Amino acid sequence: MQLAQALRERKTSATELTRQALAAAKNRVDLNALITLDETGALAAAERADTALTKNPASALAGIPFAHKDIFCTNGLRTTCASRMLDNFVPPYNATVVDKLAAAQAVAIGKANMDEFAMGSSNENSFYGPVKNPWDTARVPGGSSGGSAALVAAGIVPFATGTDTGGSIRQPAAFCGITGLKPTYGRVSRFGMIAFASSLDTASVLARSAEDCAQVLAAMAGHDGRDATSADRAVDDYLAALAKPLQGLRIGVAREYFGAGIDAGVAAAVQAALKQYEKLGATLVDVSLPNAALAIPAYYVIAPAEASSNLARYDGVRYGYAAKEPKSLEDLYTRTRAEGFGAEVKRRILVGTYALSAGYYDAYYLRAQRVRRLIANDFAEAFKTVDLIAGPTTPTVAFKLGEKNSDPLAMYAEDVNTVAVNLAGLPAISLPAGFSEKLPVGLQLIAPAFEEARLLNAAHQFQLASDWHAHKPEGVA
Amino acid sequence: MSIDAATVRHIARLARLAVGENELAPIAGELSRVLDLADQLGAAQIDGVEPLAHPHEQTLAWRPDAVTEPDRADAFLALAPDARGGLYLVPKVLE
Repeated sequence: MQLAQALRERKTSATELTRQALAAAKNRVDLNALITLDETGALAAAERADTALTKNPASALAGIPFAHKDIFCTNGLRTTCASRMLDNFVPPYNATVVDKLAAAQAVAIGKANMDEFAMGSSNENSFYGPVKNPWDTARVPGGSSGGSAALVAAGIVPFATGTDTGGSIRQPAAFCGITGLKPTYGRVSRFGMIAFASSLDTASVLARSAEDCAQVLAAMAGHDGRDATSADRAVDDYLAALAKPLQGLRIGVAREYFGAGIDAGVAAAVQAALKQYEKLGATLVDVSLPNAALAIPAYYVIAPAEASSNLARYDGVRYGYAAKEPKSLEDLYTRTRAEGFGAEVKRRILVGTYALSAGYYDAYYLRAQRVRRLIANDFAEAFKTVDLIAGPTTPTVAFKLGEKNSDPLAMYAEDVNTVAVNLAGLPAISLPAGFSEKLPVGLQLIAPAFEEARLLNAAHQFQLASDWHAHKPEGVA
Repeated sequence: MSIDAATVRHIARLARLAVGENELAPIAGELSRVLDLADQLGAAQIDGVEPLAHPHEQTLAWRPDAVTEPDRADAFLALAPDARGGLYLVPKVLE
């Protein structure tokens, strides 16, 4: 991170950087990218970072301002998950990710807007209103980590945390022309991250470059005894891996990812990026993921099923929104949930409840789980011959606000190239690969489990040889 | 899969979601479309394929059966709309 260098050379201070970030955030309230701006907390953290920076060695992230997606619990700071249900929720503890970045002395300036409970692909499902795309404010930034992506793309912060259950880091990264990494399931702790679909949820980072992603992931990753699904294995040295030349790297080009519904301009930009990979020494190999078309139907059974179970906790009794003047316990439950949840969240709860209900469990949930194995097997088969799998992150560039939010199925189709990765629990990255209709296009690279270092290396080498990631929206410094 | 208003009423009851009578039909239409999408799973060749519930099929994590968290009952009860004497309060269940 260039800022980290400047901090070490005393060209600037954490307090100065934080003041700039806070001012930049206030200057771009039109983006609606933040739910909560935490000026007091940020300035106090900056002051502590400035003290730490006088000592050696300080963490590489010390003094760097950033934002948390508002899905991570922050002790004493409102955490809403962009839902009316949690509008008044002030957690009494930190998510592990929050603790880890605080320990690295990065400076959180606030909580980023998102789709409610991370359910959405456009950030239009927020109780606090939609986020705008800095490249064109009439367009969506993608979702669900739309606020995080917009903050980075608009140059307000150099990185932001995000979560990815079906594409929620990669799709907004693609729409906003930045780099977003989804780690292997279990690589980053889910403790204190508000649950959506527990077998799919992952947490990580959106930033301007793969190198910055590597720096932040290194601080976030690792085993956590407080998350029973956290992977108990050593974290690779992501930064050391960046420099490796790509000679001999075998990239599988998944033909299904260029199928019907993929915009021609998007496909062309991605193909051109893959040619660049050939110049860097990689070999392109045609691969097939035969069950790719079943990923959306499997995902839209499994994710709602898990969501319906996870969101049962919002009952108006223990925390969060509670319906007024309940006539009975039943009335308290049902009205709290009807009034506290938005339309898409309710839709998924109902679909999930149906898929898990007596008589339909085998036909939907169990069948989706069997298909999930087929999808995971497709990847395993492909990775016998290739090191990475490539394709467009999204079928189109950023669409217009309001264009798809009246049709849930059109919105679900946005996730066609991303959800399979979550079903299989694999790591993947989206990196800027060019433009179509003057809007950013994302290239998705997928790796075998726990090969984040390979992804970051491949993305970094591409970014050394190209400048797509350096493009910024008009007016952004 | 097409579902009717009575089915929506049933699953809304299971999910503890209040749904107005006038919302039942539109919700039934929306859910039917989502279930049509799910019905594409019918095309999959799944004979003999074991369900995959979790990406890495990790074995269960074990830890010593010891208290690791401090007692923060008061901090958590403070979040409740109504709590007294260390208990969450809810509307009367029995008259």
